Amino acid sequence: MPSVLPLGDPAPADGLLPPQVLDGVDSRRFGLYVHIPFCAVRCGYCDFNTYTATELGGGASQDAYASTAISEVEFAVQAMDASGLPRRPLSTVFFGGGTPTLLPAEDLARILTAAVGHWGLEDGAEVTTEANPDSVTPESLQLLAEAGFTRISFGMQSAVPHVLKVLDRTHTPSRVPMVVQWARDAGLAVSLDLIYGTPGESMADWQTSLETALSYEPDHISAYALIVEEGTKLAAQIRRGEVPGIDDDDHAAKYELADQLISAAGLDWYEVSNWSRTPEQACRHNLAYWRGDDWWGIGPGAHSHMGGVRWWNVKHPTAYAGRLGSGASPAAGRETLDAATREVERIMLEARLGTGLHVDALDKVGRHAVAGLIADGLVEPAAAFQGRLVLTIKGRLLADAVVRRILPD
Amino acid sequence: MSPMARTAPVPAATDPALIRNFCIIAHIDHGKSTLADRMLQYTGVVKSRDMKAQYLDRMDIERERGITIKSQAVRMPWELDGISYALNMIDTPGHVDFTYEVSRSLAACEGAVLLVDAAQGIEAQTLANLYLAMENNLNIIPVLNKIDLPAAQPEKYAAELANLIGGDPEDVLRVSGKTGVGVEALLDKIVRDLPAPVGDPDGPARAMIFDSVYDTYRGVVTYVRVVDGMLHPRERIQMMSTRATHELLEIGVSSPEPTPTKGLGVGEVGYLITGVKDVRQSKVGDTVTNMAKPASESLAGYADAKPMVFSGLYPLDGTDYPVLRDALEKLMLNDAALVYEPETSAALGFGFRVGFLGLLHLEITRERLEREYNLDLISTAPNVEYEVTLEDKRVVHVTNPSEYPTGKIAEVREPMVSATILAPNEFVGAIMELCQSRRGVMGGMDYLSEDRVEIRYRLPLAEIVFDFFDILKSKTRGYGSLDWKADGDQVADLVKVDIMLQGEQVDAFSAITHREKAYAYGVMMTSKLRELIPRQQFEVPIQAAIGSRIIARESIRAIRKDVLAKCYGGDITRKRKLLEKQKEGKKRMKMVGRVEVPQEAFIAALTTDESKDKAKK
Ligand SMILES: Nc1nc2c(ncn2[C@@H]2O[C@H](COP(=O)(O)OP(=O)(O)OP(=O)(O)O)[C@@H](O)[C@H]2O)c(=O)[nH]1
Ligand SMILES: C[S@@+](CC[C@H](N)C(=O)[O-])C[C@H]1O[C@@H](n2cnc3c(N)ncnc32)[C@H](O)[C@@H]1O
Ligand code: SF4
Ligand SMILES: [Mg+2]
Repeated sequence: MPSVLPLGDPAPADGLLPPQVLDGVDSRRFGLYVHIPFCAVRCGYCDFNTYTATELGGGASQDAYASTAISEVEFAVQAMDASGLPRRPLSTVFFGGGTPTLLPAEDLARILTAAVGHWGLEDGAEVTTEANPDSVTPESLQLLAEAGFTRISFGMQSAVPHVLKVLDRTHTPSRVPMVVQWARDAGLAVSLDLIYGTPGESMADWQTSLETALSYEPDHISAYALIVEEGTKLAAQIRRGEVPGIDDDDHAAKYELADQLISAAGLDWYEVSNWSRTPEQACRHNLAYWRGDDWWGIGPGAHSHMGGVRWWNVKHPTAYAGRLGSGASPAAGRETLDAATREVERIMLEARLGTGLHVDALDKVGRHAVAGLIADGLVEPAAAFQGRLVLTIKGRLLADAVVRRILPD
Repeated sequence: MSPMARTAPVPAATDPALIRNFCIIAHIDHGKSTLADRMLQYTGVVKSRDMKAQYLDRMDIERERGITIKSQAVRMPWELDGISYALNMIDTPGHVDFTYEVSRSLAACEGAVLLVDAAQGIEAQTLANLYLAMENNLNIIPVLNKIDLPAAQPEKYAAELANLIGGDPEDVLRVSGKTGVGVEALLDKIVRDLPAPVGDPDGPARAMIFDSVYDTYRGVVTYVRVVDGMLHPRERIQMMSTRATHELLEIGVSSPEPTPTKGLGVGEVGYLITGVKDVRQSKVGDTVTNMAKPASESLAGYADAKPMVFSGLYPLDGTDYPVLRDALEKLMLNDAALVYEPETSAALGFGFRVGFLGLLHLEITRERLEREYNLDLISTAPNVEYEVTLEDKRVVHVTNPSEYPTGKIAEVREPMVSATILAPNEFVGAIMELCQSRRGVMGGMDYLSEDRVEIRYRLPLAEIVFDFFDILKSKTRGYGSLDWKADGDQVADLVKVDIMLQGEQVDAFSAITHREKAYAYGVMMTSKLRELIPRQQFEVPIQAAIGSRIIARESIRAIRKDVLAKCYGGDITRKRKLLEKQKEGKKRMKMVGRVEVPQEAFIAALTTDESKDKAKK
């Protein structure tokens, strides 16, 4: 979760949802996001809502966290029931962070078990956790798999020591193949997160990272362009000239290399920054975000969505625990989207997907823009003629610009 | 030394023999308004506790910039040898753009105080204003000001001044407007040396309009100097040029606040209020007479102020166009020198082409429009007016490069000026070099004193009106000063340079330049635009062309990445808000063909170094 929360309307303390969330509920899947707001150290580039033990004044809140999270699960069950929503089995669960695996595997298992106990789990459901290579052992992975986790996403970021150093990452590159193997042994599908365009990273460095990651034969890869977020240590270092800045052209070239090498290794892109070995191995939880399904986000700063209503929790773990302790909703704000805004979001999100956006979802402005997009080489002509807007690689690099061109004025 | 007058002569009942009308003229910043302050104070019309520096500079913009833009007339009493006199003092602006104000003021006076900064000596507008005063047959009182300054060289400059106007250096008064030294003696001298106005008190009334100002509360306030006869409140007056008649609602004098009187008689200076709402109905230079007993011959007027530079003014926000139109209309009520007409630009939308007396006038007008009417404006690169004769003998006057005719051109004429430059003689070489590079032809050179020269050149207006003065200043280490006035026109080898973005001509960036300077303009503008226009999804060539011939080119590389590629989890709201913001930003872009050009780029590209703030000449 990025650390700045949006401005929205106040959220009711009882967490009750308006009746509109019932419309079409049967056609939407239900997922759960669990935010674990702890990290061993804060990486210099990261502005996610996460805290080190020192920042929180000791490990106490980490110890109690599983119980607090479970109390939100219970709050969610109640609020959804009271709002008239049917109990739907979970289709995807995603533990993200922070570093979920900083908590004992038992804690993660407890939270998962509590949720599944209330809502149940679909057959073949996807249950993912993020992890830092440092924070797992063969035993912990085994335990997670037994508790029902099916997938793990490791923050590898780079295979090159000097790049990892600029990123403030604590793991050594040689740890990654080990943890991947352990995860495999435990029966977990494996995804690797990479970051490109780090200050000082050469094209050869990036190629090394890609080739190394691919040599571990992951089921899934996410490759994110490094964003220099305001207020981070990295931003300050760049401002002071201690590390060089980042460059969009460099990012573009590295994205192209990534797409080329990852595709050559047999993985296909299904979202601007994500590739999977088979369509089934795409991260279904993330797809649910893009497709406007329902999910409840547990944890401080977590975002939720249900039938056009979005809300987000208070950011700080202490405030969060306090709210739940007093029986109130931990939500800090919410917004109810009108039809037009939902349409904007749909266009914005689906345009980024490999399956593309249906052209008939566009208004006149959007449909007019399509010819221009084809002419500019931003969308696949063949798919466009069949009524779907699918971005070319050039289009993926300019996805935000494409979306601006097809959105209603 | 005279005491403050115990009684003041009453307006409408003052013997002309007791009246002295004078203006203070000088180069910019030589201290006219400060000297006026002391006079206001010593004559008692402004109490010491109400005094503030440059009391008569009342407009915000005058106070902020520390310069006088409008002349102000004030009636003050002064006693000499037991007799009370009425002095009408007019403080004038010094900047060359407002010379027009000075010449109007001179016509209301019999004398002029020629003020010279004792640390600077004679400068270009000292000469220009002196000659104007002499043309008007005024008596000149030479005065050195700022003698309190440690850098003052009164001996040297008194000699220079005496040499210029004839007479003895001993007769040059020395004052300090700041400390007040010598100011009372100057007032005495004004009474003693300047002639009293003469006129026919029993003849039909004739009064010369020397200023006309629109006031929100009072309507148009017309400033006059009565030459013959008498004007009274409530009688009907007639404007001699238009024969229009008005009722005199109020008549009075400024001292310095408006004070209604029983009338104005021969030689008096004051104001009239008739209830008209448009300064053009009360035209500067016109003669006011009495309808019941009209004069047969009007007084000699003056030529209208002629706009010298033109620029397009466009509201940043197109919906502000009506506001701009109303604002210009109002401003024009107050500024007879302002001319404008609507124009449209493909790039900038609806706006106006406005004519100005010079760049300072442009800048001040723009600033007042922005400030007083809460507008955000783009002003296009300023231009002079060209006269283009086509082969079919049609003549077109071009004030906007985009209106430059495309047909076969027989001849182009450009406006010329005669310029006077004053500087220490060591800079003569540098000045000549500069003028030559600006296509100038030397008219002559005179030594004003042993180390100061006056150099006269005839130059194209377009070459001097923009950046010339700044360059002159730097080439003369700040000592050079410049004055110029219109001086006919000449045939010139001029071309229109167009700027194209992706093949689309951008009218706002076209320029008319001398053929030899076209290339430099093309290179300057294309490289400037390359810096200013953000990268687009495609490569954007920027070209400068004369007709179909490309003379300079640059290109903006296509942007390759415009996507947020980071895992934001479920925070869709943030993503959407970002998008909405970008979309908003896109709305503020001006489209040139397919190229999105931010407003800021337009403004920056049009803000030539020349048009930067240089109020202080
Ligand atoms: N030391 C000193 N400074 C003076 C004197 N008179 C004027 N100044 C300063 O000179 C500057 C210009 O004075 P102004 O009275 O505004 O000059 P001006 O001639 O009215 O200027 P414009 O109306 O713009 O042409 C101001 O900073 C004054 O304070 C003086 O007698 N002695
Ligand atoms: C919130 S992190 C959670 C996983 C784990 N804590 C880790 O860092 O490996 C998820 C991913 O977001 C990406 N990420 C975080 N900050 C980023 C930034 N400033 N720019 C680009 N990607 C970033 C990293 O690739 C990271 O693996
Ligand atoms: S480990 Fe992950 S979540 Fe934690 S600070 Fe680093 S990037 Fe951010
Ligand atoms: Mg002044």
